[in-house]
Amino acid sequence: MRKLLTGLRGGLFVGLVLALAAVLFVDIQDAQAEYGDVVINNHSDAATMRPVIFPHWFHRVRFACKVCHADLGFKFKAGGNDINMVKIIDGQFCGACHNGEVAWSVENCNLCHSAKPGTPTQVHESTIQKLAQPSGASQKK
Amino acid sequence: MQASISRVKVHLSRWLAGSLLGLLAAGTVFAGNWLPLAKDGVHDPRSPAAKQLQEPKEALSRLTPDTTGNQVRWVLSLEKGEINPREKLLPETKVRKLDQDILLNLKGGMPIVRFPHKQHTEWLDCSNCHDQLFEQKTGATKISMFNILQGEQCGVCHGAVAFPLTECYRCHSVVRPGQTTNLPTHMNPQFHKPGGVGP
Repeated sequence: MRKLLTGLRGGLFVGLVLALAAVLFVDIQDAQAEYGDVVINNHSDAATMRPVIFPHWFHRVRFACKVCHADLGFKFKAGGNDINMVKIIDGQFCGACHNGEVAWSVENCNLCHSAKPGTPTQVHESTIQKLAQPSGASQKK
Repeated sequence: MQASISRVKVHLSRWLAGSLLGLLAAGTVFAGNWLPLAKDGVHDPRSPAAKQLQEPKEALSRLTPDTTGNQVRWVLSLEKGEINPREKLLPETKVRKLDQDILLNLKGGMPIVRFPHKQHTEWLDCSNCHDQLFEQKTGATKISMFNILQGEQCGVCHGAVAFPLTECYRCHSVVRPGQTTNLPTHMNPQFHKPGGVGP
């Protein structure tokens, strides 16, 4: 039994050393949402709703950028579109698809309004956020 | 003799088992390059969305892998037909595409930038860039990394949704005469040249 343990321990040590090497050479990041996830918190916190998360990765598997950014008129600016629920129910912005026909309709509030309360408007994981967050700007965490 | 061989065998197998355990222990820390929604630090784990929405891993692990961003080579994935995103919603929309390369930064020190209209217009409409971000005439808009790093010009998308700005050589891809091509393999500029073979 003791021999078994000694053998295991030797191997365990090698395994952990290998893992440590991996740690040193692989850039590991702390808990993060997907690159390009947009958080929109123009009105949500004030309305005691969770802020909205728009996952670019999910949508671009299904739609080219031009569908939303040309046809639907979304500006390339997180929080810069002055979206509200009245417009969405009217079929503008998200409401062009989220109408129960192309995608789920607006009564599924919690599927979009899903961020931790208080999360500021941002493009998550953007290079700017990572490298050049201006001092004084609201931090992501 | 035989006893000693079997002892060596036992020893080796223990060693291997231990190594595997060690790697496994470490592996759990790094397992899953795509974090579950409930653990990504932005989604509220108590929100019903965390249980109902599609997980990034489910969708993205099937696509051509990348080392950065969403860990997906979106352009390649589209070219290979792994994804087939809709190009219009409104029936009257005209889908416009252009196959034309533009060379930029002709006088700088970095390799020349090759901007391929083709890959961009697969995703974007002309009006997304012209004429607000860029004049249509080549050279008419002064483009600089200073602007790009602040999220303007190319930086509107690159660094937010398209591959990030840390991937210098994916844009600066045309090596000048006399320049060395001694670059990391995943940044190999050959990849972007016409007829270039990707990783």
